[in-house]
Amino acid sequence: MTAPLLEVEHLTMRFGGLTAVDDLSFTAYDRRITAIIGPNGAGKTTVFNCLTGFYRPTVGQLTFHGHHGPVLLERLDGHLIPRHGVARTFQNIRLFAQMSVLENLVVAQHNELMRASGYTVYGLLGLRRYKKAEAEAVDRARYWLERVGLVARADWEAGNLPYGDQRRLEIARAMCTRPRLLCLDEPAAGLNPRETAELGELLLGIREQERIGVLLIEHDMSMVMRISDHVIVIDYGRKIADDVPERVRNDPAVIKAYLGETEEEELPEEVKADLESRAGSDG
Amino acid sequence: MPAAARPAVPEAARFDWTRALKEAGLAAFVAFMLFLPLMGFRLVGAEGRLGLEYRPHWVVIGVVVVFFGHLLVSFLRAVRGVPAAPSGRAGPIARYINTHATWLAVAGVALAFALPFTPFANRYVVDVATTVLIYVMLGWGLNIVVGLAGLLDLGYVAFYAVGAYSYALFAQWFGLGFWEALPIAGVLAATFGILLGFPVLRLRGDYLAIVTLGFGEIIRIVLLNWYPVTRGPDGLSGIPRPTFFGLAFTRRPPEGEVAFHQFFDIPYSGLHRVIFLYYLILLLALLTNWFVLRIRKLPVGRAWEALREDEIASKALGINPTNTKLTAFALGAMFGGFAGSFFATRQGFISPESFTFIESATILAIVVLGGMGSQIGVVLAAAVIVILPELGREFEQFRMLLFGAAMVGIMVWRPRGLLASREPTIRLHAKGEGEPSG
Repeated sequence: MTAPLLEVEHLTMRFGGLTAVDDLSFTAYDRRITAIIGPNGAGKTTVFNCLTGFYRPTVGQLTFHGHHGPVLLERLDGHLIPRHGVARTFQNIRLFAQMSVLENLVVAQHNELMRASGYTVYGLLGLRRYKKAEAEAVDRARYWLERVGLVARADWEAGNLPYGDQRRLEIARAMCTRPRLLCLDEPAAGLNPRETAELGELLLGIREQERIGVLLIEHDMSMVMRISDHVIVIDYGRKIADDVPERVRNDPAVIKAYLGETEEEELPEEVKADLESRAGSDG
Repeated sequence: MPAAARPAVPEAARFDWTRALKEAGLAAFVAFMLFLPLMGFRLVGAEGRLGLEYRPHWVVIGVVVVFFGHLLVSFLRAVRGVPAAPSGRAGPIARYINTHATWLAVAGVALAFALPFTPFANRYVVDVATTVLIYVMLGWGLNIVVGLAGLLDLGYVAFYAVGAYSYALFAQWFGLGFWEALPIAGVLAATFGILLGFPVLRLRGDYLAIVTLGFGEIIRIVLLNWYPVTRGPDGLSGIPRPTFFGLAFTRRPPEGEVAFHQFFDIPYSGLHRVIFLYYLILLLALLTNWFVLRIRKLPVGRAWEALREDEIASKALGINPTNTKLTAFALGAMFGGFAGSFFATRQGFISPESFTFIESATILAIVVLGGMGSQIGVVLAAAVIVILPELGREFEQFRMLLFGAAMVGIMVWRPRGLLASREPTIRLHAKGEGEPSG
C-alpha cells in the first residue's frame, strides 16, 4: 500500500437536526483512486464540501499530507486549501462561462502568477519575470488541453462548449492547480457511454502519470468498478462498506442500501439481469 | 444558436387574437392607472390661487394609443416571426467596432488630441468634450468594479466626492497644488473604497447595490452637515486652478509670477485654460484606460472576472475573495478620486449638490449601456449620455423624456449594452482561428 494522503477521522456534519455525515472515517491513499458511492442524499457531496472548506465539520479531524506536510483541513479557510494540494470539481459544472477555455486554466494558476507578478506591481511595469511565468502557465494549460483533447477549442468561450467538453475542462482546470488529491464530484453525470469510457481512461492516466490520489464520487457503477482501487459506500451519512471493488459489489449491506429491504431472491427478473450485466461489464 | 430553434415558417396563420386582445387590454389598464394621475390633472394658477384643470380626453387618447399600439406590435411580431427576446449578441456594427478596436482606438485618440484645433471647435464644444471625458474616465473606473469584478456599485459618486473634497481641503489648509494633491486624493478615495468594501464582502446583487447606494448618500450627507470642515451646503469656493508647470492661466498674475500667455508671448485668451483642462482630463482618462487594459491581463484582473463568473469555483482554485474584491473596490475608487480632483479644479467651486445619487446612476448607466467590460463601449455611451440631452435642448422639458425613451430603446434592442462582446485576455491560437462559427 502507498502512503496515506488523506485521513478522515470521525467526520460528523450536522445541519440543525439533520445529520448529513455521521462519524465517518476512511483513508485515501497516494496514487490510488478512491471512490465514494451511495444512494442519493447519502452525504457524499457533504463530505467533499467539508474537505474543501465550504463547510466546517461539526466533529472530526481531516489530516491531509499535502505540499507543505501534514495539515488539518478543517481548520483552513476555503481558499487556502488548494495551496496545500486539494483540487475539486463540482456536481453542477462551475466553469467561468464567459471566459475563454484557456483563461479558465490560467486563472487556476492564480497564486503562482500572483507571486510572479509581484502582486500586480511587476506585472503593471511589464517586467520580463512576469511574462516568463505567464508563458509557463500557458504551457501548463496547453499540456492539459492536450490531455483532455481541447487544444483546438482553447479560445472558445467556456460556456459555449458542449457538455462533455465542459466536464473535461473542469477536470483540466482542477489539475492546473497542481493538486496532490483530486476530488471529483460525479464527473460522469450526463456523459454518454463512450465519453464515460474516455473519462475512465483520463482518470487512470492521471493516477499513473501525475502520481496523485483521486477521490471520486460517482453513480456510474461500471466506471467505479472498473477504475477504482478502493470503494467506500455510505448510506444515511454512515459508512457501510470499505473495500476493493470486487468485494463491495457482493456485500449484502451494500445491495440492501441500493435496493431496499427486498431479498435478492424476490427481485424481479429484469433487476437481477441488470445486476449481473453490471457485474460483468467491468471484465 | 442552432438553426432549428427558430420556426422556419412565419406563423402568421396562427395569430392568437384572444391572447393579443387580452395582453393589449392589460397594457391599456396599466397605462390608464399611470396616465390618470400623470396626464389627467394639471395644476393651473388662476387668480393667485392654484387650481386643477381636468383633462380626461388626454387620458382617453393615451389609453387608446397604448391599446392599439400593443395590438399592432404583437401582430407584427406574429407576422414577421420576431423572437420575443433579442439574443443580445453584438450586431454587425458592434462586431465591426470590436474587430477593428485597435485602429478605432488610435483614430479616436488622435481625433481627441486634435479636437481643440479643428475648425468647428469653440469654447462650448471643448467644454462639452471635457464633460464627456470626465464621464468616460468615471465609466472606466467604475468598469473595474461593475464590469470586471461584477460588483454592482450604486454609490460610486462617493469616491468622486472624496477626491473633489480632498483636493479642495488640502489646497485650502496646506496650500497644496493640483499635482501634489492628486495622488493624495487617489489614496484617500481608495481608502474609502476599502472602507466600503469591508462590510459588503458577503453581499452580492441587489443587497450589495442597496448598501453601496446607502454609502453614497452617507458621504453626501456628511459633506452637507459637517459645516466646520466642508462648509456644508455653502460649498467650498476659490479652489486653485491647475497650472501648466507653474504657469497660471490668468490675465494678470500676482506679483513675481509669470502667466501662461506672458511666458509664450501670445495674447491672453480665456480659451487657453479650457483647452488645458481638456488635455488634462484626456491624459487622466488615457491613464485610466491604460491601467484597466493592462490589469485585465494580470492575475488580479483575471481573478476579478473569475469572481464575477463564479465565486465558489474561484475559492476552490485558491483565489482569496476578500483581497480580490477589496482591490477592485480600492482601484475603482482611486480613479473616481482622480476624476473628482479634476472636477474640483475645473469648477473652482464644489458643493454636495454635485454628488447626488443621479450622478452614480448616470455613471452606472454609461457602463451598462456601453456593454459591461467594454472600453470603447464606455466612450460611446458617455458621448450618448452627455451629448443627447445637449442636443435635445430645444425640446426643453421633453428632453429628459426623449433621453429616457432612448435608454429604454437601447435596453430593448441591446440588452447587453451597445458593444457586448468580450475579447479573451490571452490566446492560444491567432485571432480568427478555430473560433466557433456562431
